Amino acid sequence: MATEILIWLLPLPPLLAFFLIVLFTNKNKALSHSVAVGAAGLSWLGSMIVFVRALGVEEFGKHAFESVINWLPTGETWFQIGVRIDPLGAATLFFVAWTVLMIFIYSIGYHNFGQPAGDHDRKGLPPHGATVTDAHGHPNDPGAGKHTVPSVEPMYSRFFAFIGLFAFGMYTLVVSNNLLTLFVGWEIMGLCSYLLIGFWYGKPSARNAAIKAFMTTRIGDVFMLLGIAFLYSATGTLTFSEIFTEETLHHLATLSTPILGLSGAGLIGLLLFIGTVGKSAQWPLHVWLPDAMEGPTPVSAMIHAATMVSAGVYAVLRMFPLLSLDPATMSIVAFIGAFTALFAATIAVAQNDIKRVLAYSTISQLGYMIAALGIGAYVAAAFHLITHAFFKALLFLGSGSVIHGMEHGVLHTGNHHVDPQDMFNMGGLRKKMPITFWTFLIGGFALSGFPAITAGFWSKDEILADAFAHGHWAVFITLAVAAFLTAFYTMRQITLTFLGEPRTEEAKHAQETPWTMTAPLVVLAFFAVTYGWVGIPEHFPLLGGLIPNWFHEFVGSTLAEHPEAAPFSIWPLLTSLGVALGGLFFGWLAYRNVKSPAEDKLQLPVLKNKWYFDEAYDFLFVKPAYWMAEKFTYLFMDRQVIDGLLHAVARFSLFLGHVFRNYFDKPVVNELIGDGTANLVKSSGKGLRFIQTGRVQYYMLASMVLLVIFAVLYYFLLA
Amino acid sequence: MSIPLSWYLVLAAALFSIGLYGVLVRKNAIAILLGVELMLNAVNINLVAFWRYLDPAQMAGQAFAIIVFAVAAAEVAVGLALIIAVYRRRKTVVADEIDLMKW
Amino acid sequence: MTGAQIVFLVCAGLILGSAVMVVTARNLMHAAFWLIAALFGVAVLYALLEAGFMAVIQVVIYIGAIAIMFIFADMLTRREVRESRAQIGRNWPLAAFAGLSILTGLVALILGQPGVSRTASAIPAGVDPVAALGTALVSPDAYVLPFEVASVLLLAALVGAVYIAGIVKK
Repeated sequence: MATEILIWLLPLPPLLAFFLIVLFTNKNKALSHSVAVGAAGLSWLGSMIVFVRALGVEEFGKHAFESVINWLPTGETWFQIGVRIDPLGAATLFFVAWTVLMIFIYSIGYHNFGQPAGDHDRKGLPPHGATVTDAHGHPNDPGAGKHTVPSVEPMYSRFFAFIGLFAFGMYTLVVSNNLLTLFVGWEIMGLCSYLLIGFWYGKPSARNAAIKAFMTTRIGDVFMLLGIAFLYSATGTLTFSEIFTEETLHHLATLSTPILGLSGAGLIGLLLFIGTVGKSAQWPLHVWLPDAMEGPTPVSAMIHAATMVSAGVYAVLRMFPLLSLDPATMSIVAFIGAFTALFAATIAVAQNDIKRVLAYSTISQLGYMIAALGIGAYVAAAFHLITHAFFKALLFLGSGSVIHGMEHGVLHTGNHHVDPQDMFNMGGLRKKMPITFWTFLIGGFALSGFPAITAGFWSKDEILADAFAHGHWAVFITLAVAAFLTAFYTMRQITLTFLGEPRTEEAKHAQETPWTMTAPLVVLAFFAVTYGWVGIPEHFPLLGGLIPNWFHEFVGSTLAEHPEAAPFSIWPLLTSLGVALGGLFFGWLAYRNVKSPAEDKLQLPVLKNKWYFDEAYDFLFVKPAYWMAEKFTYLFMDRQVIDGLLHAVARFSLFLGHVFRNYFDKPVVNELIGDGTANLVKSSGKGLRFIQTGRVQYYMLASMVLLVIFAVLYYFLLA
Repeated sequence: MSIPLSWYLVLAAALFSIGLYGVLVRKNAIAILLGVELMLNAVNINLVAFWRYLDPAQMAGQAFAIIVFAVAAAEVAVGLALIIAVYRRRKTVVADEIDLMKW
Repeated sequence: MTGAQIVFLVCAGLILGSAVMVVTARNLMHAAFWLIAALFGVAVLYALLEAGFMAVIQVVIYIGAIAIMFIFADMLTRREVRESRAQIGRNWPLAAFAGLSILTGLVALILGQPGVSRTASAIPAGVDPVAALGTALVSPDAYVLPFEVASVLLLAALVGAVYIAGIVKK
């Protein structure tokens, strides 16, 4: 099949799966997940074929796969949409296809496929477990042989339908050759994110989190839409290859705007970047992502680690030629990225919920990428985007596996007050869940940037090297500190969760999860290690040059001007070695003996409360909004002004209606027209009834006589 | 052939009118069908005469006459069956008395 | 006056006279016999028009099948309508007026057309009307479709007649 056609088809299987599941297989769990995983597998296969073919193209950056169709007539020209896979797209497609497929498979196990239905599970709530009687039961329990096992998710099929639609959105975004379809995929993902965060809508916290995520990203999306509209009105096109031509970019760079003295390119870039700030949870729109952990864990992995938040960074990478035109915009981008990286890392240190640590870690790492982009390190940002997607998906799925194992322990002891997500309830899980432990360890080391063997080291090192080489000292130092904190809280997490001895009865009875959950962990762990090797800088001591720096050549060719690889320097290398190993060591040292949150010295209120951002937003935006809604909009505007107007209109209408009824409707319409017509029909019917004899010969005779009469009339009048 | 076409046409017109008269006045339903047969024959005379006088190589006239035969046969079969069915129920074949379809 | 004209006039007299008897005869059985006479006259006309096949099926189908069916139907329903009762409806003057008017109009129209007084030319050599009719009825570019439709109609009429007139089981 032609590659372009294949690219067109990539997003379709998950969409088809969505409709199939919603319309037909909703009742059948096995069929639903088969359809969804099959669709993800098809898209994965297509993506791999496209990726391999892309590798075989010489100078792929100049000969990208592209196909366009006319879509919307705009006056004399057409608005075109199409697909495009260039080096950046191909690299993104690679990790999207892998992570999506792994997460689909993982979801089967996570939602307890094959387990009995719960005793009192309801739709919209997480499954509570089912009581069964079999040989595994405890003979000394009061009810002999009875024990509790995990129960299957009540809305199992719906989950697969949603993630199918979500995968469709992500594939659409990646294969788009223009901002419009990219935005369509972007918004589909926004919707799916809302639906999946609020998947357990029976929990008020999940409902609130879903609304919060939707509203917060909406702020970014509105700005992004403004940016797209401005771009279209300024250039008349939204297709990447047409925007990134020399004359269009020059036109945009010299276009002046009334806002902040920015150039057209700067303003458009800034508006698009605000969309990314919302989607990738950058400060100050980061507040939704930690709350989004209310969703099922595969959702956290998929949306909030591997795909959707990556989409934000991907969009900025796409628009990089435009953004890089204006130094002011680049400075803003770099500042927000670096600030977010440090700021989120400080919060992550004080979190006790295993998923929340990862959530803040995600925000922090996304900040890394944004900061890298802000200092112009295009390839490094793309590299970190991909390595991060692999190891963060791994970590999230690993944490889901841990939670699942803990839930098993909770079901075993029957003490439902134990939070299976609190790290202080865990400990010593490495013996209970060996596969989860080892893969989580790989993911955690990759996140920390453990030297040489993990992917995270290479991508992070490249960002630091770039910052150092181009003299961005503030960014360099901020990111270095953030990297130290990252290693620290990662080791804290690993220590609290897996090392030492079990701190609770539940942790003692935790159990390894089924193969559908561990197999994706192993696959992702493989990439979390090996993917870094494709981007080893050429001048690196000892290892440099063993494997060519393929990634830099490949992705770098996306840009018109091939970016120079940063010259090698020993200082950033020493820095990243120091912060990674130091952070890991201190993390282990500080937490190896900590038994309870009270002994944790870093549980500072300001960190625990996430620098009070939620409270500040509550005070600044939510409360005033409620006040506006209550006092101004409801009591004044609605009750007095609008209701008053409405009442006046109603009274006038009532009066008018009264007049019409008494002086027009009753005498004229009813009696004259209504009854009059009926009476006329009735009397004429009575009068003409005698004609209807029912005798066929009379009818025929009448028609013959009429024929003669008409013929005579015709003859005399017309002829 | 020394017979003018108009002779045939006038004869057919007269036969048609007689048949029509029969259809309109006869009380017996079978007799009404007899009148219909006369009218159909008038039509057939016309068709065959036109075939002969206009273009004998074109078989349209005769072919249509054959189809009129078929239709006439079908009409008689169904018509007589209806009359017999009505007769079984109502013991009459007088068209005037078969007047259920009235007010 | 040629021989053919004499034959035509005799036939026309037979047809019209029989037809008048068909619509006026008190006895329905007589009317059916008069119909046979009229149909026979028409068959002679067909022969006069050199439509031999038409003449044959006029005798075989009309007289042999349709007219005989009338006689059977008459006999099956005979008890009710006696000759003693009036056979003609009260509206006969109006019907006669309508018939005569239509006849007048038709004759006026016919005689007013150009070319109605033409006589027939001889059938061209090599044209066999019967063979040509047979070919035309089964030829795909002529009348095979109406022919087949007519056969379906006959089948439907057959089934319908059997169903309607069949014994109703209670």
